[in-house]
Amino acid sequence: MNERRIEIHPILGLRPERRHVTIHFGDRPLPAYEGEPIAAALLAAGVRVFRKTSKRGEPRQLFCGIGRCTDCVMIVDDLPGVRTCVTPVRDGMRVEEQDGRGRWERERGGGEP
Amino acid sequence: MKQAEIVVVGAGPAGLSAAAAAAQAGAQVLVIDENAEPGGQLFKQIHKFFGASEHRAGQRGVDIGHELLEEVEGLGVDVVLDASVWGIYDGSTVAVASQEYSWRVKADRIVLATGATENGLSFRGWTLPGVMGAGCAQTMMNVHRVLPGQRVVMVGSGNVGLIVAYQLLQAGAEVVAVVDALPRVGGYPVHAAKIARAGVPIYTSYSVKEADGDECVEKVTIWRVDDRWQGVPGSEIELDADTVTLAVGLSPMAELAWVAGCRFLHIPELGGHVPVHSAYMETTVPGIYVAGDVSGVEEASCAMEEGRLAGLWAASAAGRLSVAAAVAAAAPHEASLARLRSGPFGAAARGGKLAMDGRRDEAWGQTLTRGGA
Ligand SMILES: Cc1cc2nc3c(=O)[nH]c(=O)nc-3n(C[C@H](O)[C@H](O)[C@H](O)COP(=O)(O)OP(=O)(O)OC[C@H]3O[C@@H](n4cnc5c(N)ncnc54)[C@H](O)[C@@H]3O)c2cc1C
Ligand code: FES
Repeated sequence: MNERRIEIHPILGLRPERRHVTIHFGDRPLPAYEGEPIAAALLAAGVRVFRKTSKRGEPRQLFCGIGRCTDCVMIVDDLPGVRTCVTPVRDGMRVEEQDGRGRWERERGGGEP
Repeated sequence: MKQAEIVVVGAGPAGLSAAAAAAQAGAQVLVIDENAEPGGQLFKQIHKFFGASEHRAGQRGVDIGHELLEEVEGLGVDVVLDASVWGIYDGSTVAVASQEYSWRVKADRIVLATGATENGLSFRGWTLPGVMGAGCAQTMMNVHRVLPGQRVVMVGSGNVGLIVAYQLLQAGAEVVAVVDALPRVGGYPVHAAKIARAGVPIYTSYSVKEADGDECVEKVTIWRVDDRWQGVPGSEIELDADTVTLAVGLSPMAELAWVAGCRFLHIPELGGHVPVHSAYMETTVPGIYVAGDVSGVEEASCAMEEGRLAGLWAASAAGRLSVAAAVAAAAPHEASLARLRSGPFGAAARGGKLAMDGRRDEAWGQTLTRGGA
């Protein structure tokens, strides 16, 4: 698919075939594989800035890749602060760069916080 | 509220081994992990393990992971994924958040096997996109099959740095350099030889001065450090790189032990603040056990042996195994741990665990500022 995807690996062999899905990064449709974390799909697409910090607007991307540091949080389907390195993609998912803590756009009701 | 005889937090090598040992002894075990997949860090370890055959030397972490999973499934252990444990109350109530709801489970015994987190290293530009943990790069390429970058500078020449540098090459990236502030390579010579043969320069007594770039890493400057760890002006070397991976150590992820009121000691050889525990892997809060990196950072082989011990002793305390039977069952795992810690690379951990034993009184003398009683 592209040079960042490791299709053939000397130890792990061929990349396991998975269903293709599409996610939307801003207005950009990006190809992804079912089950992979959002961050993997963004890395594969060459996206390097996942969010900007609230005070100085500095760019951030990934640090731990296993859900521990919150460096990679973005707005996912209107929900800010989602750890993209441990959140799997879903077909049609909308992912946006997060500015500071992001905004809560989604109307939440029905017993949810 | 849900009930479980033994709750294991974390489904890495330590947690799965604890679950297997406890279930084998007849205990009812519930394993909780916040990942969508079990295995912890094992599935990214595609290199062959070291040590003797009893420690599965020659096998790759990823294969060991599959075997452990099969064992645990065969024993009928309940594994709940996608669920984060966020608190422990009264030493026995475990609070969990799943995607859509939260729940609690009352446990007779708890084994914490939450692993460790990678350390950062501060230099100008260290927060730029493209600077990440070596384990992060390992996860992205070996588990998710995506290259984290094309031209990588690896910081740290311990085993993790060397192994991940080689794995970057295997995955098709270019490793521009391996840099270490110490005057000599920290890891096994055989790993260093592999990457040296591939033409990767290893700079010892060097550190990163800065990473530059507009929105992400575009250039990395390294410089020589003197024997007081100060950079030497004029010794700078500029490297054309888009990624910096940090392999500068791990720290135990022991927050849950902290909120449960366990006593801690700061032991650098074990990676920092660790929950004080006995040879039975029990912390200072009765009924709460630890195993693996959370009890002191070592390797996966040690994590699995500690897991077996914690599982056995928790099952014994829950009345599933007589003390005599537990002693007998624990013996091979204790012997195996002793052997794993006997080599030059195990010496630090061995010293650390001994220091912890020696300083137990000190831990009891401290005033707890947070957590339980
Ligand atoms: C990214 C990374 C890469 C590594 N690579 C190597 C390597 O190549 N070679 C090597 O020898 N060692 C490596 N290590 C060291 C490694 O930690 C050990 O080899 C081994 O994996 C430790 O096992 P463990 O079971 O203690 O922890 P882990 O394997 O980290 O497992 C801990 C598990 O606990 C879960 N967890 C944590 N907190 C919670 C919570 N609150 N609620 C629910 N679940 C939770 C995690 O999701 C994880 O699955 C690496 C460590 C890291 C962090
Ligand atoms: S990169 Fe650390 S939480 Fe995602």
